[in-house]
Amino acid sequence: MTKKLMNGADDIIEQMLAGIVAAHPEHVRLLPENGRSIVAVNGPRAGKVGVIVGGGSGHEPAFLGYVGRGLADGAAVGNPFASPGPAPVVEATKAVNGGRGVVYLYGNYAGDCMNFDMAAELCTLDDIETQTVLVTDDVASAPSAEVHLRRGVAGGFFVFKIAGAAADQGRDLAGVVAVARKANAAVRTMGVAIAPCSLPNTLVENFHLGPDEIELGIGIHGEPGVEKGPMRSADAIADRLLDAVLAELDTPPGTRVAVLVNGMGGTPLMELYVVANRVLGRLRERDLQIHRTWVGNYVTAMEMAGCSITVFVLDDELQALLDHPADCVMFRAN
Amino acid sequence: MNEITPAAFLALLHRVAERTDAAEHRLGELDRATGDGDHGFTMAGGWKAAVAAMDALPEDSGFQALCNAGAKAFVNSVGGSAGPLYATILMRGGAAVKDFSALDLPAVTAFFDAACQGIQDRGKAAAGDKTMLDAWLPAVAALHEAEGGTLAAGLAAAADGAATGAAATEGMIAKLGRASRLGERSRGHVDPGAESSAVFFRALADGVA
Repeated sequence: MTKKLMNGADDIIEQMLAGIVAAHPEHVRLLPENGRSIVAVNGPRAGKVGVIVGGGSGHEPAFLGYVGRGLADGAAVGNPFASPGPAPVVEATKAVNGGRGVVYLYGNYAGDCMNFDMAAELCTLDDIETQTVLVTDDVASAPSAEVHLRRGVAGGFFVFKIAGAAADQGRDLAGVVAVARKANAAVRTMGVAIAPCSLPNTLVENFHLGPDEIELGIGIHGEPGVEKGPMRSADAIADRLLDAVLAELDTPPGTRVAVLVNGMGGTPLMELYVVANRVLGRLRERDLQIHRTWVGNYVTAMEMAGCSITVFVLDDELQALLDHPADCVMFRAN
Repeated sequence: MNEITPAAFLALLHRVAERTDAAEHRLGELDRATGDGDHGFTMAGGWKAAVAAMDALPEDSGFQALCNAGAKAFVNSVGGSAGPLYATILMRGGAAVKDFSALDLPAVTAFFDAACQGIQDRGKAAAGDKTMLDAWLPAVAALHEAEGGTLAAGLAAAADGAATGAAATEGMIAKLGRASRLGERSRGHVDPGAESSAVFFRALADGVA
């Protein structure tokens, strides 16, 4: 049995949300219409395309942590590792609708797709136009010929950031959708687990790793990856992940990139920076221009230990949107 | 039981909720093998919420009112993949029998025909994809084959069909859902969604026996 700081699995999401709004009332509020809809205090406004993110809980700061001015206007919050139902999506959509449409951004999972699609159908009854952009950055989850089958992992951080900035700058719905898709096409991620995670309801490890075993290509719910193998050095792991990511991105010398070395939840920053040191060194060897690097817990998998490496290839448009200010409940930029 | 009144229908779904709750641990274990391990408490929580919402309706409520209330509660309490799929099952099934005051075997078959089509429309799965549909398709086929017999015999045949279908998923490779990223590694495990469907049909069969 694993241990968690909780008062009972049944209330864990409600108590987390109550804690977030109690701690950060200047950033977010819960909607009275639905206790699983969290909306930015400052951000949604008339004439702006609304941006909704969402998914299961247990990935914090994703997804609700990215709600705030310059990024997402609202988030729909699911149970641990389970998509939210349509109701919180619908209520968040109504709350952030500025009359120019709303874009839904989330990882490509069967449950999320069904629930958000049901919400989108219900929103048409209120004459709110919605569009969806699925995040599909995980190179380990399907071959490159089947990108549409890939799951969304830490690269969502960049897709959300780009779409949020574009909406904040006043682009129309088609424009926000187009640049979000462009961002998704330019971002790739691969992860590793060195220790498993557990759900609050079961307190049982989600998958098994031997004492000297790691899972390469792990998903952010503990889904098995591409390969179980022996534990090895941080540099060797970083190389394996980075090689798989770079194999799919066109990065001639001089290419500008942003980098995310993401913690899965249970790995100290000390280790993440050791990985980052290797990743950045390798990228410099290839004469890539590193525009910006983030290191830390950005899209997690409960208490899983491990990391993922994300590379985001920039052009002038994406770089400007990445640099656009954001002031969210768990994230700030510029 | 020769026909199912709305009150009997609600009682049957209470039985489904109890059986699913009892199977929670086993379903969770199956899901941990290829997914994230939440299928047991997702299904148990979904049925619990659905029957609670149905219990809250006026006693003279018909099938469609019961089903719609259950659907809404199921999907919004658990979300995930099971939420929209079971909401669709209840909504489509309820719509198919909205004019009935009691369900005989042909009406039950119409309910499950519509529900099963709903699963395919919502989830985009096909036979052999290693999903719940691989339990539902043989269950519905068994209902059709049992045409002309008793309600109890029809639902018993459906339960047998679902159980056989669920067992057969062990040899399949997942094509949809989280397990689909496993390819060959998904083989050798029963699909948890198919197994919870077998629990569902067995509870119904035992309830009318």
